[in-house]
Amino acid sequence: MLAFIAQRLAKAVVVLLAIVAFNFTLIRMAPGDPAMVMAGEAGASDQIFVTQLREKFGLDQPLPVQLYRYVKGIVTLDLGFSFRQQMPVAKLIAERLPATLLLTVTAFVISLLLGILFGTLAARFAGTWADTAITILALIFYATPLFWVALMAILLFSVSMDWLPSFGYETVGANYTGFAHVLDVGAHLILPATTMGLFFMATYARMTRASMLEVKRHDFVKTARAKGLRDAVIQRRHVLRNALLPVVTLAGLQAGTLVGGAVLTETVFAWPGIGRLMYEALLQRDYNLLLGVFVVCSAMVLAFNLITDLIYRAVDPRIEFAS
Amino acid sequence: MSATPVVSIKNLKLALPSGSDRPHAVDGVSFDLVPGKILCVVGESGSGKSMCAHALMGLLPDTIIREAGEIGYDGQNLLTLDDAGWLALRGRHIAMVFQEPMTALNPLMRIGDQIAEMFEAHNLLAPRQRKQKALQLLREVGLPEPERSVRAYPHQLSGGQRQRAMIAMALALEPTVLVADEPTTALDVTTQAQILELIRDLQRRRNMAVMFITHDFGVVSDIADRVVVLQHGKVVEQGPADDVLRRPQHTYTRALLAAVPSMQPPPRAPLADRAKAVEVIGLDKTYVSGGGWFQAERRVRAANEVNFDILQGETVGLVGESGSGKSSVARLVMRLIEPDQGTVRLGDADFTRIAGRALRKERSRIQMIFQDPFASLNPRRKVGNIIADGPIAHGTTPVVAHKRATELLGLVGLNASAMERYPHEFSGGQRQRIGIARALALEPEIIVADEAVSALDVSVQAQVLNLLEDLKARLGLSMLFITHDLRVAAQICDRIAVMQRGAIVELKPTAALFSAPEHPYTRELLAAVPGQISSSRAA
Repeated sequence: MLAFIAQRLAKAVVVLLAIVAFNFTLIRMAPGDPAMVMAGEAGASDQIFVTQLREKFGLDQPLPVQLYRYVKGIVTLDLGFSFRQQMPVAKLIAERLPATLLLTVTAFVISLLLGILFGTLAARFAGTWADTAITILALIFYATPLFWVALMAILLFSVSMDWLPSFGYETVGANYTGFAHVLDVGAHLILPATTMGLFFMATYARMTRASMLEVKRHDFVKTARAKGLRDAVIQRRHVLRNALLPVVTLAGLQAGTLVGGAVLTETVFAWPGIGRLMYEALLQRDYNLLLGVFVVCSAMVLAFNLITDLIYRAVDPRIEFAS
Repeated sequence: MSATPVVSIKNLKLALPSGSDRPHAVDGVSFDLVPGKILCVVGESGSGKSMCAHALMGLLPDTIIREAGEIGYDGQNLLTLDDAGWLALRGRHIAMVFQEPMTALNPLMRIGDQIAEMFEAHNLLAPRQRKQKALQLLREVGLPEPERSVRAYPHQLSGGQRQRAMIAMALALEPTVLVADEPTTALDVTTQAQILELIRDLQRRRNMAVMFITHDFGVVSDIADRVVVLQHGKVVEQGPADDVLRRPQHTYTRALLAAVPSMQPPPRAPLADRAKAVEVIGLDKTYVSGGGWFQAERRVRAANEVNFDILQGETVGLVGESGSGKSSVARLVMRLIEPDQGTVRLGDADFTRIAGRALRKERSRIQMIFQDPFASLNPRRKVGNIIADGPIAHGTTPVVAHKRATELLGLVGLNASAMERYPHEFSGGQRQRIGIARALALEPEIIVADEAVSALDVSVQAQVLNLLEDLKARLGLSMLFITHDLRVAAQICDRIAVMQRGAIVELKPTAALFSAPEHPYTRELLAAVPGQISSSRAA
């Protein structure tokens, strides 16, 4: 198993480097020169100033050299400098990453647990009103745009009923400490996490339902019945466990994208995470910051893919570590 | 029949949902199961034999209506038993072994845990004792290395080992009745012989009543005390095994018995002076799986120095157990996979060295008939298109190709109306005919038939074999016939090659192979074919 992880990590590094090189080239090829943008914002667009800026940030070097320096920087966790924010990119990301992880992991856990629960219920009572209700609700959540759900949730729970805060990570200026702080962040977390989780919950519920109904037809379920096992045991031990395999695959694919996929939610709820950072960097042509966010997101996808593979191997003995 | 029956099925009538091809799955079936005796329920697919088994286990689908009759067990009628009653009965008193041990075992659970579940379901023993009992049972059914097998997952065992584990599971609570639904159909002949002996042995030792479902009369003659023959849900004949097998009264039983291919090869004219249609020289193929930066590869040698030729108009059989490499050789000859070494010649042409357009052109000379008539036809295309596709790809105009397809359907005994229908509208035998028509559409010189009749009932099997024989003679075809069934091979092949672990161990004219097998593996295979004693007695 260690050999397997080592092998996968080595491959992941290669993939990551390829992604970095690709993104780096792509951004440099885009029209617009960061030195010009900076000079323009400084209000001094004369040629000498621009040249100085270029020299200062190494933009006068040929592209391969720039790329080489950038990759060399990544190895030492130096993701470059954000001209706009006047801060190292790594520091900016490190500040924002915890908030994003809190949001996305919460959303992910909620969606996975509830999705599997509702999917199981729908499969168990397939064809009844409960199944129909769950399936239709899942379809609605699946089909409704996330930002609309977010706005409606704010209107309902924050504006009309005033139950929950509508934006931000914590109450500004309250300076809560200890448990009060946790509660405050928790209250701020509920709306964005639930909104974000609804879509995924719907996919997991539908997938679990379909998968369980399919597994139910397998011969080994008949074997289980022939043993005289109670239905609840058969559902849990034989049907659900087998049915969760495709759900694990799907969840793994989605978990990787959660970090980058929070842009919309973070923007609507003014959540101070990576997604909003990326959004701002994009508007401000902050290339280094944008690249840095891309690197972190790519690394996250690769990490979650590896974790998914490991989990998959743990739950499905048929996939063995070839050794 | 002196002993009192433990199960007594009387006038069982099970109705199919409306819209089915017949009103009743099982129509007025009556038979008894007696302790210490094996009752074989024989019939072709759709005869209702599995329905009887499922009714006895209380595992009928909800769509089947229990219309009339009774299943008497221990003073109660099982047809009226409630859910709680079934939970107490299933596994404990009546246990079942299924056909396909791979799919009948949960792939995510260890063998030992699945056996221990039997005790858990009926609240017997403490968890640790359950594990010990599981080990003991695996030992009793003769599983090699029981300590390891108890911790193994199903995919880590072979087919025969899985079926032994399945039997161990069924026997865990010492049931009075064992229902076995085609338990050896998915196994190789040698494994089948062992499993049959195991069931026989356990049933005697434990004095169980066994209901053994099968479509194979060879198996019946090896194992049955009594036989019930089902046709379209009705019992057409029942009685002691000897009577039914040797003095069958009903025409259907006679027809079924007559359709069982004999182990006696029919006399065949020698073909020595013909030219070679196919020449296979030194074919080697090793499958490499796994392997990467840090791991060793796994290698399976599927073809090992394989040499043979097929003369024009000759049928060469390739027999062996699963995993012996016969299908790989078929694919190599078809050039669906590339050999590591060796040459396949079609007539004068080297079929291994050509590529691209030349290869596509030559492909029309050699065509394949597949095993599974359900999976090998595209379900979304009409039969006419399926047959005409090949000729059109080779430049025939669609009009001519469709006209030819209609003729071919006639040739294989199907109506021209089949052109406009989809594969699912046909029975297994009819689909195999479509598969044959598709293979013939390109007017090949050579046909490769990979287990082409294995999925069919005996009576249909006989028809398809006759059709192949007839077409071969009329069109002057050469054939590579791959089968695990030595009876079928005896009937259709001029020469037979026996394969074991990728190598041909013996290659001889059919009659010589059956009368004087030389290689020990050939002898082993021949000895394992079920039903030989009684068929030789009958002959």
